[in-house]
Amino acid sequence: MEAKFPKRPFRTSGGAHVPHRKNTWEKPSVNMPPVARVTLPMLQHIGAPCTPTVKKGDHVYVGQVVGDSTAYVSAPIHASISGTVKDITTVMLTGGQYVDAVVIESDGKMEYDPELAAPPEVKTKEELFTAARNAGLVGLGGAGFPAHVKLNVPQDKQIDTLIVNAAECEPYVTSDHREALENGRNVLNGIYKIKEILDVKRVIIAVEDNKPDVIAKLTEIAEDPEKDPLDEVKVLALQSQYPQGAEKVLVKACTNRDVPQGKLPADVGCLVMNIASVSFLESYMRTGKPLTLKRVTIDGSAVVNPQNVIVPIGTPIAEVIAFCSGYKEEPEKIIMGGPMMGIAVTGDELPIIKQNNAILAFLPKDAEMMPTTACIRCGRCVSACPMKLMPTSLEKATEKKDLDKLRSLDILTCMECGCCSFSCPAGRRLVQAIRLGKSYLRKAGEKK
Amino acid sequence: MNKLLVSSSPHLNGKKTTRNIMLDVIIALLPAMIASIIYFGYRAALVIVTSATACVVCEYLTRRVMKREQTVGDLSAVVTGVLIALNLPATINPFITVFGAVVAVVVVKQMFGGIGQNFVNPALTARIVLLNSFPARMTHWVNPFDYSAGADAVTNATPLVQYGQGGELPSYFDLFLGSTGGSLGETCALALLLGGIYLVLRKVISPVIPVVYVASAAGFSLLFGRDPLFDILSGGLLLGAIFMATDYTTSPLYFKGKIVFAVGCGALTMVIREFGSLSEGVSYAIVIMNILVPLIERYVKPRSFGKERAKNEA
Repeated sequence: MEAKFPKRPFRTSGGAHVPHRKNTWEKPSVNMPPVARVTLPMLQHIGAPCTPTVKKGDHVYVGQVVGDSTAYVSAPIHASISGTVKDITTVMLTGGQYVDAVVIESDGKMEYDPELAAPPEVKTKEELFTAARNAGLVGLGGAGFPAHVKLNVPQDKQIDTLIVNAAECEPYVTSDHREALENGRNVLNGIYKIKEILDVKRVIIAVEDNKPDVIAKLTEIAEDPEKDPLDEVKVLALQSQYPQGAEKVLVKACTNRDVPQGKLPADVGCLVMNIASVSFLESYMRTGKPLTLKRVTIDGSAVVNPQNVIVPIGTPIAEVIAFCSGYKEEPEKIIMGGPMMGIAVTGDELPIIKQNNAILAFLPKDAEMMPTTACIRCGRCVSACPMKLMPTSLEKATEKKDLDKLRSLDILTCMECGCCSFSCPAGRRLVQAIRLGKSYLRKAGEKK
Repeated sequence: MNKLLVSSSPHLNGKKTTRNIMLDVIIALLPAMIASIIYFGYRAALVIVTSATACVVCEYLTRRVMKREQTVGDLSAVVTGVLIALNLPATINPFITVFGAVVAVVVVKQMFGGIGQNFVNPALTARIVLLNSFPARMTHWVNPFDYSAGADAVTNATPLVQYGQGGELPSYFDLFLGSTGGSLGETCALALLLGGIYLVLRKVISPVIPVVYVASAAGFSLLFGRDPLFDILSGGLLLGAIFMATDYTTSPLYFKGKIVFAVGCGALTMVIREFGSLSEGVSYAIVIMNILVPLIERYVKPRSFGKERAKNEA
């Protein structure tokens, strides 16, 4: 398959012009000093939860595995500080499920595991796959899908394009933006390595055009005749329209290929990786230090000093916000992730987990949603849907619990981007109804 | 810490609301209202005010009597009121106007559940009911600029009636500016186009239905050996295509459906104009197509992303 570089992105359907509110992009990221205590939930990814591999009272180093699973779709969890295992407890995650969590009390030394000293040798696909797993890497863009599963492309599928996702289409969130500016070279080195190992001939770094500095910076580094003599790595400026960073939309914008329903980008020859994931994988291959830190955008109207903070995973939200000079006033709503797809949390004692890219705290005036009135059939939800679904019909079918109708309307294709609810002039909770509809189908025994 | 508000994402709303959409429609109707006042004088203003007020009062009272949430604030009743007025002659008796408002708001809109639930366009249905109940008064046209002509003054036919009778026709220029006989809002093509452009620019309506409707009507006009430009500029075609056929509730949601709907509207309009005993067919054409919308939506559906073509056609 001849793969040319697109000069401009291909047309994608739907989407919404959400406000950008990228308040923190100019501020350099700040390292958060080690905290006294971290809580590491055993589920920080999509897949099977891990089982704690340490006992109460054990001493752990930074980077030591504290939780692992034998399941294929899972990723090990590493200690983010050195110290003593204080407790193995149960915490409620944002989705409402309860999982085990390892609580570590710091010894203040931040000592790395001496056994981790040697960086891994990564030359083959298998070694790359193992490295991603050992590093505990999950999709850092927010989805949290274990990276090794993604990198382990089945033999019968030929990948011709690697798409590095730096679209960052969610309002407020700038953690990938800062990653690109601060670690651009690292990102590119990671790309060259992955490209060589997976034998990919085309790499597209996709950035929304509201980040001209990122485009300029990455283009400058990517134009490296020494490392990329055939010019196989290029930056593509995408339209700034939410949800450009959603995997299927991104594949469409970069390659004009439609990922079939129920299939993955690999089925159309694409591998999509978040920019922070690529950068981290490169650091891991260089240093052997697993995923224990995460850059998180702290913003929202309730935060005194919004900025990007590099946080040890497991740090309570409250402490990170306190590090950003605390709350202006009591917040009404705290969101993990961006405002379009993020999850509202029940309290700020919850820990930062691997795939968190933002914590947003809002004052009451920004937390209230529009009141719901009758659907006027304006069709805005239909034109906004990037998956060309019919949100208003799905909502009605959900209300009636009409499972056949839900199936015939392809409800499982919905990626819950929220464009429909955002666009609705009657304030109807469309994507929320669709989630409910999906759960009806799941309960009825349908596989996702 | 207080209890936090927990809700399912998204946590942001767009800026459009039902109320500001309706406000945009009212703004878009302003040129047509002003034109009607210029051509037909204070009586036009009176009809508009009577109709809009009657619709708002009907909406308020019906919601109250039915003990439903009050929706009068969404301004949709004002839009219906203005649209009814623009479909009436300037000499209309105010009681007839109020009767029209009751039909539109109470019967067609609220009896079926209120905004978003009616299956035909309330203003057009009101016009049809009035036309059948009061045929003489509803076709009692006065000359433009003849502000004093009373209910028993010499009446002037609309251009379409003149066409049907083989009389002398007004020039395209007169039709475009609207200095002809007719309902308040239908005569001035310029004012209607301005309103339509405003609605498209404000993204309140998509141009698909008006453009396809007009094109389809012009095509059928040509087919029947009529004068397409005359057909577009005369009668209620532009008012219907821009403001009535685009009514959200009674038109298809999807692009392909909109095209089928608009082609049908154009075809029916011209069939009625050419073969029917009525000189004008816009109201019936749109209302008939309104009724067909569920059928259109059943057969004309968009293909969802990544869905295999063969499977869809099977």
